[in-house]
Amino acid sequence: MTKGIVKGIIANLVQVEVSGPVSQNEICYINLGGVKLMAEVIKVLGNVAYTQVFESTRGLRPGDTVEFTEHMLEVKLGPGMLSKNYDGLQNDLNKMEGVFLTRGEYTDPLDEESTWKFSPIAKAGDKVNGGDWLGSVPESWISHKIMVPFALEDEYTVKSIVTEGDYKINDTVAIITDKAGKDVPINMIQRWPVKVPIKAFKEKPRPFKLLETGVRTMDTLNPMVEGGTGFIPGPFGAGKTVLQHAISKNADADLIIVAACGERANEVVELFVEFPELDDPRTGRKLMERTIIICNTSNMPVASREASVYTAMTIAEYYRNMGLKVLLLADSTSRWAQALREMSNRMEELPGPDAFPMDLPAIVSSFYARAGFVYLNNETSGSITFIGTVSPAGGNLKEPVTESTKKAARCFYALSQARADSKRYPAVDPIDSYSKYLEYPEVIAYLNANVSPHWVDDVNLAKNILLRGKEAQEQINILGDDGVPLAYHDKQWKSELIDKIILQQDGFDKVDQSTPMIRQKYMLELILGICAKDFVFDSYDVVMPYYVKMINLCKQMNFLEMDNPEFKRYEAELNDVVEERRAK
Amino acid sequence: MATQAFQKIYTKLNQITKATCSINASGVGNEELATVSGRLAQVVKILGENVTLQIFAGTEGIGTDAEVVFFGKPPTLKVSDQLGGRFFNAYGVPIDGGPEIEGTEVEIGGPSVNPVRRKQPSELIATGIAGIDLNNTLVTGQKIPFFADPDQPYNEVMAMVALRAQSDKIILGGMGLSNDDYLLYKNTFENAGVIDRIISFVNTTEDPTVERLLVPNMALTAAEYFALEKNEKVLVLLTDMTLYCDALSIVSNRMDQIPSKDSMPGSLYSDLAKLYEKAVQFPGGGSITIIAVTTLSGGDITHAIPDNTGYITEGQLFLKRDTDIAKVIVDPFRSLSRLKQLVIGTKTRADHPQVMNTAVRLYADAANAKTKLENGFDLSDYDERVLQFAKEYAEHILAIDVNVTTDAMLDITWDMFRRYFNRAEVGIKDEFMNIHWKKA
Ligand SMILES: Nc1ncnc2c1ncn2[C@@H]1O[C@H](COP(=O)(O)OP(=O)(O)O)[C@@H](O)[C@H]1O
Ligand SMILES: [Mg+2]
Repeated sequence: MTKGIVKGIIANLVQVEVSGPVSQNEICYINLGGVKLMAEVIKVLGNVAYTQVFESTRGLRPGDTVEFTEHMLEVKLGPGMLSKNYDGLQNDLNKMEGVFLTRGEYTDPLDEESTWKFSPIAKAGDKVNGGDWLGSVPESWISHKIMVPFALEDEYTVKSIVTEGDYKINDTVAIITDKAGKDVPINMIQRWPVKVPIKAFKEKPRPFKLLETGVRTMDTLNPMVEGGTGFIPGPFGAGKTVLQHAISKNADADLIIVAACGERANEVVELFVEFPELDDPRTGRKLMERTIIICNTSNMPVASREASVYTAMTIAEYYRNMGLKVLLLADSTSRWAQALREMSNRMEELPGPDAFPMDLPAIVSSFYARAGFVYLNNETSGSITFIGTVSPAGGNLKEPVTESTKKAARCFYALSQARADSKRYPAVDPIDSYSKYLEYPEVIAYLNANVSPHWVDDVNLAKNILLRGKEAQEQINILGDDGVPLAYHDKQWKSELIDKIILQQDGFDKVDQSTPMIRQKYMLELILGICAKDFVFDSYDVVMPYYVKMINLCKQMNFLEMDNPEFKRYEAELNDVVEERRAK
Repeated sequence: MATQAFQKIYTKLNQITKATCSINASGVGNEELATVSGRLAQVVKILGENVTLQIFAGTEGIGTDAEVVFFGKPPTLKVSDQLGGRFFNAYGVPIDGGPEIEGTEVEIGGPSVNPVRRKQPSELIATGIAGIDLNNTLVTGQKIPFFADPDQPYNEVMAMVALRAQSDKIILGGMGLSNDDYLLYKNTFENAGVIDRIISFVNTTEDPTVERLLVPNMALTAAEYFALEKNEKVLVLLTDMTLYCDALSIVSNRMDQIPSKDSMPGSLYSDLAKLYEKAVQFPGGGSITIIAVTTLSGGDITHAIPDNTGYITEGQLFLKRDTDIAKVIVDPFRSLSRLKQLVIGTKTRADHPQVMNTAVRLYADAANAKTKLENGFDLSDYDERVLQFAKEYAEHILAIDVNVTTDAMLDITWDMFRRYFNRAEVGIKDEFMNIHWKKA
């Protein structure tokens, strides 16, 4: 194994003189008075390896010794990851002692002593490849598949497999034989380098199925799909984190992985506190039972912040290969990009725009490319849907991270400062935002078959009314209330009706916070029904009170369960109001 | 500080810039403390034998033959109960003429709290200022800055908030504080008879700029002692963080780092986060709450300093002069307390969230009406009413001289709703309308 000696230290960039071969991205441990600091090789120049240390380098001296490990940054995969809270390097945070994080303390992501009830899927004689299912163990409510390690590339033959029973993760559960007749024992653990995508699947078609999130401005107006990608840019305070939390609570996914990447610790504490208590609206189980949290908050080391999104993605790929619908959320991908920038600056690389590394767009796009809907070798399907937030400097979307992400992600949920200021939450701008999936013929077909036959037409109609409303509003601002035809006021308020009732959603109200698709359909049809009507007004100043009355009634409906008799009562009252001014 | 036997001494500098110097030395650790000609300095870069030091008091007059003494340890602070009621400079040396502190020596800028060991903040801090308590409720363990123009009375407001917040200790970290403002704090606390609860680490405008880089970590290290060891509620006041960031940029520019936006170092976000994230609620009941000041230039919040701050802190409080009522108000649009949802409607009356949001929405309508007026258009009846409401709302709720209980703030607001609007215009859930509409 190669050894080295510390030569230079600039913050967490440490130069190591090496005595043997080292590889790019190889992991090494720097010995600081008996404490081992983990580091990753990010550049090699002659016999000097430039390493980024995943810990504080306070007190490190030239001459301190270094040991290289011959492997890249890896995660340890196996049953027992569900419900865990990891740091960016997959250390189990709950296993760490003490109130403060101690540098050099690395904990096992899995539990060696737990037993799992293994049931074989493959049988002796079966031909298998990397990623194929050998057996399964129940992990909470998930059928966790024990797979042929992804790293095995050739075809293998199952020589033997254990019978159903209780095993620990280190126990051999199968023996497979390669073409040359060499036996490979398989246990329930496998390791995988986080920066390499897992590709043990047959094909990756275009995504086509709606992924319900319960957030109306997404599901109705700009839907996300299973295996899709999207991003949420917005200035601070616009509602990125609240929106992601809402999605994580209500989205129709088997497994949610939340990567808290370089943001506030208290926001993660909120998940720690709430998720074990809150019910998954679909299954009635606790939310934590379908969640894994990767937590590398802003005060934790910068290099492991960069690693955290990769750790999260690799765990997502592992579960996807079990045929699960995985949703990965990262808040915020800008912090990851900034971690790259800090290192690149310390290495005195030629800077790109805003001092970010030149290859930022490539890094972002290859990361987003790891999401997707796949068919596995056994024809079942799995998916990773990825939604990241972006925190643009100064709220200006013309900056490298936003621009790079816009090229990579298919959905764009732009949060607007003006909407947030006037408490129009979620502050997703209905005009600027888009879902490219709404143009996919296979998505249109899916929505029309599963929501309503004219669904996509309805959605486009709603978008059109919103746009007309905005134009009318601009005219009114220029020409004054009485300087425009009455129809302008009507247009503006029809758009306001859609905005207030469909788009705005109270994230903290029990009922309103999540809306199932059938209810979204019901409400959109109700509102479009009103928008389709002509009303008679004799002057512009009666338009507003009339619409305000309707909006108030609809809002009361939004706060009630649909089967509550009050809901029907408000609806009846609404219909009476609609009749008051309807053109006969 | 006296030289001790084991310390290594060097005398041949090979580079001097405005804030740093370099010397050939061996066995030196990263971030280690040293003195250069008696001035405190810290190791910021090591390349082989060549060690770069940042000299806190600046390099004016330093010669290439200056004596450099390495201490073998990073900056530390002695912590104990003796800190209470004392005034220190940026190095933690008493400036009040009192004795040296005896206590445990701890490294400043220590490790982060394990996120799974944090407790969720849930204790409301009442200030009596409705612009804060009603619209932007503060909670212990929160970190929040005032975004203010240099001519606004932010130090006065902060001193007032500090006094009204029921904390066990108030720790003032002053960076580039003018002597007048330093005395303002000192006198305010003395007059209120709370001086034994106050600890100050102060770098004034008369002190060298780079020194102030030590101030927040000194203050926060003292805070951690009281919050963790003594389970006390500690309030840390940091003013002015913009001047702290300026010092950061001076040092990084001297080290030839590539600046990112607004000539700030690329690591500004991480540097600030390391400080602000020290705000915490400990399971033992102790907490650190940070209230800071970030002065703006020309109200520009897109500048790298307020921008990065806003992305880190749990909201921000915006002060603004309201010309209609000729008073300073807490701007309800740009101000935000991100932790308010942890207490409003549960620790306060159930109608609090809806009343708060509705009032701000109506105030926004007033802003639109004002634009109409300025553009020379006629106002509708609604516009007229909403403008009157806004004026009253600014006077009785938003102005910083308001001092009432949260229940009173809610009742005052309901009363205004009822006098200016009808039920549909208010549009609050019937559940609350049925209770408060008539009562008002
Ligand atoms: N959907 C929502 N409903 C109500 N309030 C919201 C909503 N979204 C955001 N907010 C308010 O805005 C604040 C900031 O939201 P957050 O998601 O933390 O912003 P960001 O992550 O963009 O900085 C929240 O603390 C909350 O007060
Ligand atoms: Mg956020």
